[in-house]
Parts: sequence; structure tokens; C-alpha cells
Amino acid sequence: MKIAVCIKQVPGTTDIKIDPETNTLVRQGIENIINPFDSYAVEEGVRIKEGLDADDKYKGESEVIAVTMGPPQAEEMLKEAVASGVDRIVLLSDRAFAGADTWATSTTLAMAVDKLEDVKLVIFGKQTLDGDTGQVGPEFAQRMNIPFIGYVSEIMGISAKKIKVKRLAEDRYEIFEIRLPAAISVIKDINTPRVPSLRGKMKAKSAEVLVWTASELGADKDEVGLSGSYTQVVKIFTPKMVYDVSMIEGTPEEQVEELFKNLKNLNIVS
Amino acid sequence: MEIKVNESTCTGCSLCRGVCLYDAIEIKEGKAVIGETCVFCGACVESCKFESIEIIGLDTEEKDFSDYRGAWVYLEAHGNKLADVGLELLSEGRKLADNLKVPLTGIAIGSGIEKNAMIAFQYGMDKLYIIDDPIFENNIDDIFSKALVQLISKHKPEIFLAGATSFGRTLAPKVAAILKTGLTADCTGLAIDDEKKILLQTRPTFGGNILATIITRNARPQMATVRPHVMEKIKTARDTGGISGDVIKIEIDPENFKTKYKMLGTETEKGEKINITDYEVIVSGGRGLGGGEKFELLKELAGTLSGVVGASRAAVDSGWISYPHQVGQTGKTVNPKIYIACGISGAIQHLAGMQTSDIIIAINKDPNAPIFKVANYGIVGDLFEIIPMLIKRIKEGKPLV
Repeated sequence: MKIAVCIKQVPGTTDIKIDPETNTLVRQGIENIINPFDSYAVEEGVRIKEGLDADDKYKGESEVIAVTMGPPQAEEMLKEAVASGVDRIVLLSDRAFAGADTWATSTTLAMAVDKLEDVKLVIFGKQTLDGDTGQVGPEFAQRMNIPFIGYVSEIMGISAKKIKVKRLAEDRYEIFEIRLPAAISVIKDINTPRVPSLRGKMKAKSAEVLVWTASELGADKDEVGLSGSYTQVVKIFTPKMVYDVSMIEGTPEEQVEELFKNLKNLNIVS
Repeated sequence: MEIKVNESTCTGCSLCRGVCLYDAIEIKEGKAVIGETCVFCGACVESCKFESIEIIGLDTEEKDFSDYRGAWVYLEAHGNKLADVGLELLSEGRKLADNLKVPLTGIAIGSGIEKNAMIAFQYGMDKLYIIDDPIFENNIDDIFSKALVQLISKHKPEIFLAGATSFGRTLAPKVAAILKTGLTADCTGLAIDDEKKILLQTRPTFGGNILATIITRNARPQMATVRPHVMEKIKTARDTGGISGDVIKIEIDPENFKTKYKMLGTETEKGEKINITDYEVIVSGGRGLGGGEKFELLKELAGTLSGVVGASRAAVDSGWISYPHQVGQTGKTVNPKIYIACGISGAIQHLAGMQTSDIIIAINKDPNAPIFKVANYGIVGDLFEIIPMLIKRIKEGKPLV
């Protein structure tokens, strides 16, 4: 079974602040990392493969391919995915992809998954750390015209034709069975990503990255990047967070009494 | 498309470098050079005092969308009950509709939903579309998206809003993908541009540290999702008296709505409230609690405040409480009226998930804990002393001092 995992490289922290004196962004020492949610997707893809390999019926048939769209430096993250057990890595990189919104991103990923041929399962992290939308998975699935289940916390079974998953809804878990090919997004609850082995790290070093440009995907320039996007950022600014902190002092009794008064003023208690 | 720096006017002042979120700009030999990581966000174009940066080749030709009219809100329901988020969106949608001088329409889809959907008229809605059929008993996105797409394609609203719930966050992208239009997730601000009469969609990004205003270009409807509790639910009496209005029932042929998803069952955590984003009060515990059994104390406090228990990543990773309770970057983003952080130091990842709460109360032993920087009320003290006393104070109603 061919399993694709769509991953993204993001800044390692969202703690981006504006220097009040120079009014510029302070981003010292920020490293790029794999989107944390995507590390669960990678791990789950590898686990599914291992599970299928342990079954005589499917032994040796599975492959996990990590796909990312990003600048050339995303190659590093892809190699780390190899260390975690991924078999093949694909980098979609082209200036034409820049400025893509979730729609143009899902279009590009869909073209890549099509090009990989016969992919049965596509796994996403539930959202990215920087964009935070969680939209690429469902938009991708709709584009591919395959079912999508978001917020998956457990894969309860998988065969050549079907997958059974448990997913976290607002107030309950829901258990679904869908036919393959399909796409899912996973949450942190699903697994604990492994620490890459030494052997994995060696493999990563020599791993070859398949780089696909827009023309190699057969993409029209108007379909991808900012040109292929339906949304566009028109302004970026930092929120004015003014916190009016009032520390409640005194003995514990005085503190609780004061807190109680505040809760009362807020109509939380009577 | 490309982004160009006019070398004859660029002074290499590096203002643009300071605003670039993507670290794409370098100053080389006194001129700004824009690199591969640029995403054409345009922040540098605006920052440049010398008008030296230009994005070229972007199709800015504006299409005519005059046949798209009206603001629509998807009224998400669970079972036969409307979720609050839809009513909150109606209240917000009312302002947008008034600005545009267009009607505000709600869409309710469900099984046995008709009666409960009528309450939406109290929140400023002019018109209601109802699809009421047993096949819509469970929220399953493929048939719901199909129903919505049919309605939207037929009636062409200019704005479509949905709640950013776990269902809405799958449903809305599917609808947008079928309609081939833009969608902005988790907006915290919606406004109409006075001149162009388009929807300005403002949302936090980079964990809430940056706000971005986004527009939908070259497609309609302009679609956005909004998280629960971000907008305020406001009752308004309309001309109709606010109890009824234009109700249009849509009859569907169930044969055309066959889902590809087989729902095998549901599970709830025994006696646990896991839909923490639904509550107005969240009492959260962190590492300072020291153990899973200590969450009982927080549950008791949450119980007296009709709230729910949340947790930091540290508490969840220690196995003290289950993941659906986790607040923060890798957990849920919450915005309750009151957030009480107990024994939570306030790592940036946690703050990203709760800093938009209306009122934050922090109880922590360490006076230097970063949580106190975002709190409205801070108590430096032992939570095992403070919380039992607070519970007692609430229950017994006797002043302590």
C-alpha cells in the first residue's frame, strides 16, 4: 500500500514579537522544524506500514512517501522523516508555488499525489503551527474526490480496501469506516513519535530528495502559488495586547475573599 | 509573478527586513534582496517608505460579483439542537448585512431541527432555509457539503460564515473546494471595506502573535470560519418581532444524499466533559498540581462555576488527564469568559491556546511565572490552600474576612 504523508516546515516557535523601539520583528535564533502535528502523521504512516509488513498478506508491499511544498531548505526536514522511517521523500519547490493559500496548496499537493500514482492513504497533521487553519487536508480530499476524516485519534483497522478510524469530535469520539483511497488528519493523541535510530540517521544522510517543480507537476502557473489562491493577505500587524494585571495580595483568606468579589462582579458567582 | 526591488530608490534602510515574517529579506551591498522564502504577503511593500518594492504579475483585475448578494450563516446543530456558535455568527452577520444593506439568512440542516431552528430569528436573522430529514441525523460532511453547495450555487450569497468547530473545520473547506472559492479559518474580526464593500477577514496566525487581514479575491462567496465564543451572541428584535420570519423548507431526495462514510458508533468518556470549548468557565491545571488525583479539586471548583476542567500539555503528557482537555498550541484553543490557570507556569505554547479568554485568573506559587503577565487577576499562593477555600466561600456564602 502506498501511503503519502503531507508535511510542512514551520518556524520552531510562534513567539514572534515586535521590538517596540525599532518596530521590527524579533526573530533571533528561530530554527525551522517539522510542524509538530505532522510528526504524528509521519509516525502513523510508518506504523501502518510496519503493521501491514507484519501481515503475510501484505508483506513488503507498502511504502511511505513524505511530501512537502516549500523552499529548498525544507529538504532537511524531509531527510529527518527518512530517519523516522519514511521510504521516499518529495519536495515540491518552485517560486511559482510561493504565496499559496490553503486552496492553492491543496491543488499542488493533489497534483503531486496524483503523480505518485495509486496512493491509497494520505495522512496530514491536524493543522500547522504557523498557518493554524487545518484546511489543507479537507480541501485536498475534496479536490481528489476522496473521503476525509479529520482529528483521528486512533486507526482501528486497515485493509487493502478500507480503513476504520476513531476521531475526536466536540463532545465525543466517532468511529467511522471509509473506503480507500482516503485522506485523514491526525491529532497528538494518536501516537508518540519515535526517536530516530542511528541506522535511520545514516539512511537519512544518503537519502535522495525527489524535487518536483511546477512544470514537472504539469501545473499551470495560474493554478498554484498566489496566482492560484482565492484568498490574499492584505495586511499583517501585531495585536495590541494590553493586559491589565492586578495582583491580589494579602493572607490566603484575604486573597480568596477578593477573588470571590471579582467573580461576583463578573456575575460568575452569586 | 515576482517581487521586485527598485535598486535605484532602495536605500538599504532594512525597514522591510524588520517586517518580514518569513525572514526572506537580506541587505546586500546596501540594497534589499528578496529570497526564496518570500510568500508575497506584501508586508514589505507597505513598510517601504521609498515605494521601492513592488509585486508584479498578480492578476488584480476585479470580476463582477454583483449577482452575489446577502450574508449567510450556517447554523450548526448537534442532534436537533442549534449550537451557540451559529447564533454568535448571526449576531456578527447582522452587522455585516446592515452595512451592506442585504438580508441575513441562516441555514439549518438536521433531523427534527425545525422547531429549534426558529430561535435563530431572535438573533437578527431575516430568513431561514431548513433541510430537515432523518438522513441528516449525524453531522457527516459529504452530504452536508452537498446540500450547502446546492443552496449556495442557487442563491449566490456574497458572504458565507460557519463555526470553526471540529465539524465546521472539515465542512467549510469542503464546501469552499467544491465551489472553488476562498476560505479564511478562525477569524477573530470581520468587517466590510467601506469603499469596495468586500469582507475583511482578520485572523490570528503564528500562535496569535500576528494578526493578518485577508480578502477573497476573484471568487464568491467570501467564506470564513469563526471559533465558538469569539463573537458575542446578541438578541435583537427585528421587524418581525424576532420570533419568526421567512422560513423556506427545502425538500430533498434522500437517494441523492448517500454518504461515503459509514458511522459505526460513538464513544464518550465516562462522566467527562470533553467539549471544553463549549464552556464559559475553564479551570485548568498544570504541572503544579503534582498528580492526576489532584484534578478532582479542579473538577469540584469547575462544578461550582458550571465550568469544565482544562489542562496544560505538561499535565496531559504526565498522564494526569486525557488529551481532549489540553489547552494550547498542540491542544485546543479556547476563549471562555473566565479562564482559571492553576499551577500553570504559562509557557508560550499554553498562552497561544488561551490568551484570548475574556478574563484570566492565575494561581501559582512562583511570583515570576509568565502566566502572571497575561492574567487579569493574579494570586501568588498555594493552590491547595486557595482553591478549597474558594470552593467553600462559593458554596457557603460566608465572608472569610
